[in-house]
Amino acid sequence: MEIERFLFEIIPYILEGIPVTLQLTIYSFALGLILGALLAAARVLARGPLSVISRVYIEFFRGTPLLVQIFFVYFGLPAIGIKLDAFTASVLAIGFNSAAYQAEIIRAAIKGIPEEQFLSAESLGMTTGQMYRFIVFPQAIRIATPALVNEFVALVKYTSLASIIGVAELFRKAEYMVAFTFRPEIYLFAAAIYLAICIPTSQLSKILEAKYAIPGYRRALV
Amino acid sequence: MSDVLLTVRDLRAGYNDTEVLKGVSLTANRGEKIVIVGPSGSGKSTLLKCIPLLIKPWAGEIILEGTIVTHEPDNLRKIRSKIGFVFQQYTLFPHMTLLRNVALPLEISKGIQRREAEQKALSVLTRLGLGGLASKYPLELSGGQQQRGAIARALAIDPVLLLLDEPTSALDPELRYEVVETLYEIAKEGRSMMIVTHEIDFAEAAADRVVFIDDGIIVEEGDARQVLEHPKKDRTERFLRRLRAGMRK
Repeated sequence: MEIERFLFEIIPYILEGIPVTLQLTIYSFALGLILGALLAAARVLARGPLSVISRVYIEFFRGTPLLVQIFFVYFGLPAIGIKLDAFTASVLAIGFNSAAYQAEIIRAAIKGIPEEQFLSAESLGMTTGQMYRFIVFPQAIRIATPALVNEFVALVKYTSLASIIGVAELFRKAEYMVAFTFRPEIYLFAAAIYLAICIPTSQLSKILEAKYAIPGYRRALV
Repeated sequence: MSDVLLTVRDLRAGYNDTEVLKGVSLTANRGEKIVIVGPSGSGKSTLLKCIPLLIKPWAGEIILEGTIVTHEPDNLRKIRSKIGFVFQQYTLFPHMTLLRNVALPLEISKGIQRREAEQKALSVLTRLGLGGLASKYPLELSGGQQQRGAIARALAIDPVLLLLDEPTSALDPELRYEVVETLYEIAKEGRSMMIVTHEIDFAEAAADRVVFIDDGIIVEEGDARQVLEHPKKDRTERFLRRLRAGMRK
């Protein structure tokens, strides 16, 4: 393979997959965060059916393969009249899956706050809403940040599964090029791009932790 | 006739299937300082937490200033903001400055504007000798300073009743002193207080009444000096003897 062809055809073609990979990651992470927060709230605050539904949801999505979930959304839902394009189906499936993990992260963060904080807020006459807004959320988000950043980094890699239903993201584009050129070292190049995205993102956790650290809180969170 | 502030009537409470309070009745008059003592697990902390319904009692009544707290779920927030509560630890909110800790409840529960709330907060902190630490975060303070800050926050809402649940128990001995000093100062101001503590010296010097709880019931109560120096019940005497022996160690 001539170097020119590699530099000016193959690389640009694969790099076009980066925005798609990032969009898949960001959309599914956001969906997972919103849904995960609701699921966590249902588990922490609600009793009875809501709490049970949340638990079942979390167990189901953590206990079955993400690939199966993607297939189910893309190939299964059309059977009941819901037809989605591959990108949307991937965002939904990865987002639904991530919601289960993010719910557990948020729930653990809330459980990590000492009981006295809740009782103090109550004893000062706060409503449940005020307690969560002023006392619980600001502390929980700090506890959860490293794990949420971890989850984000995991999603960057999981989005490569969307290639299987034909989303033209980073890995799919690399696959095309390997098929064209029979040069499997292109996979190495794709892996390097994932690394280049994931390593700085992991560092983001440290930056966020330092920026929003509670003064006097010296114990490392990770 | 003395002015009754709080009546607790046949209170029963517990966790899961375990009954912790097995029928406790108690009256507190306005301005009275009551010290509650008893072995760990006796139910004294549960009793204190039941008063602002931080723990829902199984049965019985709590009456504060003529309002049956246990029958007023809609007024609960209003009733709670009349009661100050200080826990053993973790009372202050770590993510806000001492000043914000004291001012926030004023803004939320009393609807005071931020500026005014912070002015009031600062004056309360200054009164307790914490004015210079107002801009510090709780975890930047010593344990004793944190507890005094928690007391300041409880006082700022101008409660009719101040409840303190072992405010010195989580502190190193050398840090207890400053908190006990603060307790003396508040006691002098004439505010109604109920305090669960093992600080026997404080109870002797400042309390009007001592209540001894064991195994979920009030074993003995009465004039502070009488209960502490000449207890009528063996159980009280044994407990006090053990407590004093422990203190000397």
